[in-house]
Amino acid sequence: MLVYFIKRLPGALITLFLLASSTFFLLRLAPGGPFDSDQMWPAEVQANILKKYELDQPVQTQFFHWLRDAVQGDLRESFQYLDRPVLEILRETLPISATVGGGALLLAITLGIPLGCLAAWKPGQLLDRIATFIAVSGISLPSYWVASLLILIFSIYLRWLPPALWENSGSWILPVVTLGWRPMGIVLRLTRTSMMEALASDYIRTALGKGLPLKNIIFKHALRNSLIPLVTTLGPLTANLLTGSFLVETVFQIPGMGKHFVQAILNRDYPLVMGVTLTYGVVLILSNLVVDTLYCWVDPRIRLGDNS
Amino acid sequence: MNSSPHANRIAWKKLTRNPWTVLSLIFLVTMTLLAVFAPLVTHFSYEEQNIVEKLQTPSLRHWMGTDALGRDLYSRIIYGARMSLAVGAATAGIALVLGTGVGLLSGFFGGWIDRFFMRAVDLLTIFPSILLAILLMILIGRGFLGILLGLTFTAWVNHARLIRGQVLVLRELTFIESARALGAGPIRIMVFHLLPNLWGPILISLTVQIPTHIMAESFLSFIGLGIQPPYSSWGTLANEGFRAIQSFPYLILFPGGVLFLTLLALNDLGDGLKDVLDTRVDSRFSL
Repeated sequence: MLVYFIKRLPGALITLFLLASSTFFLLRLAPGGPFDSDQMWPAEVQANILKKYELDQPVQTQFFHWLRDAVQGDLRESFQYLDRPVLEILRETLPISATVGGGALLLAITLGIPLGCLAAWKPGQLLDRIATFIAVSGISLPSYWVASLLILIFSIYLRWLPPALWENSGSWILPVVTLGWRPMGIVLRLTRTSMMEALASDYIRTALGKGLPLKNIIFKHALRNSLIPLVTTLGPLTANLLTGSFLVETVFQIPGMGKHFVQAILNRDYPLVMGVTLTYGVVLILSNLVVDTLYCWVDPRIRLGDNS
Repeated sequence: MNSSPHANRIAWKKLTRNPWTVLSLIFLVTMTLLAVFAPLVTHFSYEEQNIVEKLQTPSLRHWMGTDALGRDLYSRIIYGARMSLAVGAATAGIALVLGTGVGLLSGFFGGWIDRFFMRAVDLLTIFPSILLAILLMILIGRGFLGILLGLTFTAWVNHARLIRGQVLVLRELTFIESARALGAGPIRIMVFHLLPNLWGPILISLTVQIPTHIMAESFLSFIGLGIQPPYSSWGTLANEGFRAIQSFPYLILFPGGVLFLTLLALNDLGDGLKDVLDTRVDSRFSL
């Protein structure tokens, strides 16, 4: 296992490098700069600011300097939140986003997989119809509309849960449901499809013929074989959920990392954009590693490193 | 995956056997017609302001009420449908043409062409898509074209992968071999022999892509980066509605609800098509 991780390391580093460099240069292509403002500063002041942040140098020089610092674990200070190191911002916001995202992921898996199994067991029947509707609505409901409905029902009419802010223990419920609804639909659909394929295969017929208990057949024999497509999509999905959603964090006013994906670009806060992108890249690579090990657990015939 | 008229008729019969699919089809056709003929089916223009009649709840005169500037919400939703459906269809169209082209070239030729395109695909998939879309929109400018290009930039990737996979299987089959033996060149094989066999996956991709892009557009417009006023799309309407959610919930319930029903119909139709066209997963299987 350790050998496998070490083997994957160069590839992961190249991925991160490509991600960082293309973001860096794309960002500089965009018109406007971080310190553009309506009031005109004296030319010397402007020059001094640019000099302080090395913005007066050629872009490739800026990139290599940034890379040199990043390798040493320094992601510099944010342009927007002055005197705040990017690393500190990430350290404060990522755990909050990861909490909401983790909750959403848990919701998606714990509801999506069992519902998908039940739906596949008796296709076309009432339970399947309901489950399929939930799945299709999961990918059809715009998340801001889910948020609106939840806020209307639970905050405005029933007054059970706070409509926004990240203060008490009830604050996370609405964001988690909003964020988790769509992945739950995806998980449910995938489970249902591959489960139906698995249930139609010969070994299941054999198991049924042997008179094994139904519960065991579904959850031990069929489920394990139908998890592979699900596990594949879980990698990118996890990375997306854990690094935060701009929309959910804006609507519920959660101080997470997701809102920086949009705000930092609009502010041309170059160091923060780079920090957020790198974090996303690292989380994506890590979740893909976890997914790879999950493959082996789901299907012991798959051996790590064989396909590479 | 046979495209003879007879097979098409069977596929159509299979598709319309499910009442929900028929309902979805009817809904989508109606929605499209309403959007196309928007000036004929609305009494008010989308930008006509009437402060006297502002923030009215739904009535016979204003079917879905009016917004803070007294604009008729029903009219704005119908005109918004134009924008939302146009962005969804146009993005999907461009993405499918691009993706089919790349997938065909990549799968058919293999070698360095394949390696080059697949590296590009890999690079685009590791990007956080929202970051890329927003960067491109800043480069191109907000509005219809910005959204279109911002979304297409990554949209073709999945479709290219799908087509490439199909081509890899198809090119080994005997009918391609015989075409080659008869002296057909690569372009002839791709256009006349491979492409006709790819309509199934392309159609399925279409029903996945259109709702995805409608959703993405509404998301960008909701956060204020998409369609700019005075034009409206379902996303911009929802954005305006969300601010008044406590006092005037219908302002978000209507645009969001229409969007939801449209996406529901599109996804349902997509599922129906998948069952009819994709022979691998047959929903008739049961124990």
